[in-house]
Amino acid sequence: MSTPTVKGILQSIAAGETTARDWVEQSLRAIREVDGRLKAFLLVDEEQALAAADRIDRAKMYQNAPLRGVPYAAKDNIVTRGVRTTAASRILENYIPPYNATVIDKLQQAAAVMVGKTNMDEFAMGSSTETSAFQKTANPYGEDRVPGGSSGGSAAAVAAGLVPFALGSDTGGSIRQPAAFTGCFGLKPTYGRVSRYGLIAFASSLDQIGPFTRTAEDAALVLNAICGHDPLDSTSSREPVPNFADGIDRGVKGVRVGIVRHLPEEGLEPGVKAAVNRAIQQLEAEGAEVVEIELPHMEYAVATYYLIAPAEASSNLARYDGVRYGRRAEASSLLEMYERSRSEGFGMEVKRRIIIGTYALSSGYYDAYYKRAQQMRTLIRQDYERAFEACDVIAMPTAPTTAFKLGEKLDNPLQMYLNDIYTIPANLAGLPGASVPCGFVDGLPVGLQLIGRPFDEATLLRVAHAYEQVRDFAWPKPVLGVAE
Amino acid sequence: MKITDETVRHVAKLARLWLHPQELSQLVPQLNDILEYAATLQSVSLDGVEPTSHPFHEVNVVRPDVPRESLSREEALRNAPEADQGMVRVPAVLEGGGGA
Repeated sequence: MSTPTVKGILQSIAAGETTARDWVEQSLRAIREVDGRLKAFLLVDEEQALAAADRIDRAKMYQNAPLRGVPYAAKDNIVTRGVRTTAASRILENYIPPYNATVIDKLQQAAAVMVGKTNMDEFAMGSSTETSAFQKTANPYGEDRVPGGSSGGSAAAVAAGLVPFALGSDTGGSIRQPAAFTGCFGLKPTYGRVSRYGLIAFASSLDQIGPFTRTAEDAALVLNAICGHDPLDSTSSREPVPNFADGIDRGVKGVRVGIVRHLPEEGLEPGVKAAVNRAIQQLEAEGAEVVEIELPHMEYAVATYYLIAPAEASSNLARYDGVRYGRRAEASSLLEMYERSRSEGFGMEVKRRIIIGTYALSSGYYDAYYKRAQQMRTLIRQDYERAFEACDVIAMPTAPTTAFKLGEKLDNPLQMYLNDIYTIPANLAGLPGASVPCGFVDGLPVGLQLIGRPFDEATLLRVAHAYEQVRDFAWPKPVLGVAE
Repeated sequence: MKITDETVRHVAKLARLWLHPQELSQLVPQLNDILEYAATLQSVSLDGVEPTSHPFHEVNVVRPDVPRESLSREEALRNAPEADQGMVRVPAVLEGGGGA
């Protein structure tokens, strides 16, 4: 059986050829077979998944549910009622949430079946999934390579064919970069498009939940199910929600694709650049109009992000104090309990960011660091507003390199941060972004990134879909996985 | 401007983090690298530019203040490291134990 898509599973179940149980069993079997080495999952709940599948197969009410019987995995920073949720941190090692994230409730209503929770960088802070307190996830296309991060477990699970879709979160590229590194489709919706209720907060003005899938069309189907205003998230948007799958196959004739003049190219691998350029040429051959745009402040995006995100994180992570939930260290005074619990519970990357953020917000440094970063954020946002007067989507690489080796950048945080150069600006400006597989270099996947106007995921998906129909590179089988 | 061990220790204290001496010696040069990189923002003129704290124009969100069902006390305490008589228990708030 070739690796199923969400669409394929839905059609097969609707036609009565297969059941939810068949697909959930297949997914669980693949996980048992592969995940011992891949280590994409932090938790797999076979019993609950099978029970849910049987319920869906039996009950009439699910017959027209939009994701009926489709197995999926969720990043472990999305809370699940009664199912341990750790954000890959020791401080939440034993946390059993008493409630569901809105996206989990919505997927339940859509009759999708969660099979497990995936590994990630601790509190989503990282670009390789190596800062997880529990395990290192391999890249399905090279066991000694990182899957990217922070949503590396979700990306690896989809790329290896263990689940047809998975949820991730993207604060500075944490969906798009792992999608690029593992050869799957990743979508970061517009800020506010998907409710963040129940997403363990990292940087609240940047965080956004989105799907990993095999195709753009599958991402449209998942986005349909998870998006929309949520009274429980006051930053979720009231923008009208279209059916994202409608018109996805309209092609790119007349669509203006912006390419960045003077794109910062330091560290950009020639093979990555060539694959991305070829993808853009193919879009042009399909009728897209390629135009040059300028993003003059892009070179400041990494510095801006690595002040704003840690500042927000230092505030968000203040809640982990060992009082109401999470790890508590033995101590004789309250202050000592706070300090010990946090020091034992957080890993180095999290401590590093809390300290940077606290420093950037502290009196005497606020104006020099945090405020300047917020001002630069304005200029970056305005760059995009201007660019979108001339084009409909912007195309560039998702990451400057293919998947690097496990351990390669772990001791050099700044080098790790610089890898995020192309993904960060979309978060600062709140824009939707996607990564589409566009080739392989030395056996490792390359991603083409598309960035769209606020709330115009439809155009992004349409361009990505058009490209998927014409891409013609040889797609190797993953070393780890059942995908074909 | 270089940050020192002392600055980092002070900031860690503000953030309620206790740092092992080994962590401190690892962190200081890394933080200097990162802040030196972040200092590229100092070279740009940003006078008069409005700061952005949020990607889109935000309006205040209000709702009617109507009581609704919430977690039971038992559910809310289920993850507490230590609970006693329906409340969270913590070590002595005031040091010395002799009261204020």
